[in-house]
Amino acid sequence: MKIHEYQAKEIFRRFGVPTPRGEMVTTAEDARKVAQKLGVPVVVVKAQIHAGGRGKGGGVKLARSADEAAKLASKILGMNLITPQTCPGGRIVRRLLVEEGLDIKHELYLSVLVDRAVEAPVVLGSAAGGMEIEEVARENPAAILSETIGPAVGLQPYIARKLAFSLGLTAELAQAAVPFLQSLYRAFIETDASLAEINPLVVTDDGRLIALDAKMNFDDNALYRHKDLLDLRDLDEEDPLEVEASNYKLNYIKLDGTVGCMVNGAGLAMATMDIIKLAGGAPANFLDVGGGASADQVKNAFKILTSDKEVRSVFINIFGGILRCDVLATGVVAAARELQLKLPVVVRMEGTNVEQGRQILRDSGLNFTIGENMKDGAEKAVRLAGGAR
Amino acid sequence: MSVLVNEMTRVIVQGVTGREGGFHASQMIAYGTKVVAGVTPGKGGTLHNDVPVFNTVAETVRATQANAAAIFVPPPFAADAMLEAIDAGLPLVVCITEGVPTLDMVRVAAALRGSRTRLIGPNCPGIISPGKCKIGIMPGQIHREGHVGVVSRSGTLTYEAVGQLTHLGIGQSTCIGIGGDPIIGTSFLDAMRLFNDDPDTHAIVMIGEIGGNAEQQAAEFIRGHVRKPVVGFIAGQTAPPGRRMGHAGAIISGGSGTAKEKYEVMAAAGIHCVQSPADIGQTLAAALSKSVAR
Repeated sequence: MKIHEYQAKEIFRRFGVPTPRGEMVTTAEDARKVAQKLGVPVVVVKAQIHAGGRGKGGGVKLARSADEAAKLASKILGMNLITPQTCPGGRIVRRLLVEEGLDIKHELYLSVLVDRAVEAPVVLGSAAGGMEIEEVARENPAAILSETIGPAVGLQPYIARKLAFSLGLTAELAQAAVPFLQSLYRAFIETDASLAEINPLVVTDDGRLIALDAKMNFDDNALYRHKDLLDLRDLDEEDPLEVEASNYKLNYIKLDGTVGCMVNGAGLAMATMDIIKLAGGAPANFLDVGGGASADQVKNAFKILTSDKEVRSVFINIFGGILRCDVLATGVVAAARELQLKLPVVVRMEGTNVEQGRQILRDSGLNFTIGENMKDGAEKAVRLAGGAR
Repeated sequence: MSVLVNEMTRVIVQGVTGREGGFHASQMIAYGTKVVAGVTPGKGGTLHNDVPVFNTVAETVRATQANAAAIFVPPPFAADAMLEAIDAGLPLVVCITEGVPTLDMVRVAAALRGSRTRLIGPNCPGIISPGKCKIGIMPGQIHREGHVGVVSRSGTLTYEAVGQLTHLGIGQSTCIGIGGDPIIGTSFLDAMRLFNDDPDTHAIVMIGEIGGNAEQQAAEFIRGHVRKPVVGFIAGQTAPPGRRMGHAGAIISGGSGTAKEKYEVMAAAGIHCVQSPADIGQTLAAALSKSVAR
């Protein structure tokens, strides 16, 4: 799960990671009030969307007065912010963070994440603050410092000092880096984060270490033990169909093709997208109904698929193991009847009781096309969607 | 022959009195697996579907000489169950549970280092040596005894590949579903080593996914050490970057972990790369006949 910068900064502050003073606002008037309250010569108005590169897209501006802050806020609020990380259509800005401007001496990069290669959390640091870490990794991998944190030992002071001195910080700042990093690490561990990133981390003219930006992502599998974090979810930042699918516990990701896919299992679902592409078509979505999909899940999946207006045909690809093909076919027929489905549907089933399943589809009197195998099914679905593009 | 599991494997089921654990324990028994006991804390001393139930893994192992565990407990308790099985010294632990938090797996991974346990999973279909032993949730009847090792991050996609092989009359020595999570007990590389050392495995199918670099590591090993034909497929060639495609591990970040990158390394290692998931069986059949002719 992703959250906004201002929310990540609230979590940071709770764990003792210093951030600039500021508040989230949703109107220009509130932006003016916050700017006044901050009482500093320069405030920063930052668009809050779940994508990076906001500055490049014109979503981050400096204001030298409360009036200017209000003026900038009214310009940014409601704008369609396009950044290298948003979809090409961009994202509507609904929230702003107004915070104090700081005198910055230099910028660094710092993050905590789980490195699957070492099966443990790592702290990454780089002197190239403000640059995307992926870019640094490509162009100058030696500039990235990495420290693996043993889960039993935790982040010890020496690790913070080692990083700080390697990043060229003064002895004084290296001392300040110890509580800073330990707080950040605690915030990461105690929220089951998958990423806590500060880019840039700044050293101010008056010698303080401050998280000028903040990004946190959380492990979806651990959210059951962090009910408070669930409140931070911003549904405006997610595709409405994906939100609906998640309510049904379906794993759905909207794509931009015309062949709707319903598959059991994530790997097979990805492979199904691939084979549709190979057949000359384009998948409209990724949809995993789960290893043991029920008739109800099939119905919910149909609802989601058919509310995507781009979908021209549906390809159901199920390898029945524990889930029997006759049970699945019954569910598909019932759902198609109940939803009065108009779209052409290609069903490819394999596994337990496949013949009974196919018979149920044929006997239904509904317009199902049978795919003999995965390739045949994909080709038929692409043809029914209007052919190759 | 086969790897990791065979007729001698004696299995305990952790979470045997749960819905999933109970159902799959019976399925495993029906397949012929020696399920010797179950574990559910607080239900020790009872019988569940004729399987004796114990309170702790340690006492179960003492009483039954079990040498493998299958874990079917819900995600909040799965790490604890894995740690208990590792502590009891079981040589093989297969965790089927989907949705284990990553930081829990960090602790499990630390406990595995220096232990005598090999973990498979979590978030996997399990392992099967056809005709001998099945630990997991895969449909037994699609498999056939033979000489092809299959290793995969996915569940149903593995069934698809196995189904294609069996349909062509090609049997399997052992099929290992290693799981779709970022931190797992057994990697492609581990599985490749096992299959390479098994004289009864004559060819290998590797089914990967976008995300991480486990396939590349296995490919490096294959380039240097494996003379058996290997067929490889990567799911997610069309996946958009940055999105988690169902499996927690299946995400391309910052341009690394793409299908293209993986295919390049695999092809350079001499792996027979398959672009379409429908061609896995045929490609293996062709590779096998070529290697026999050689």
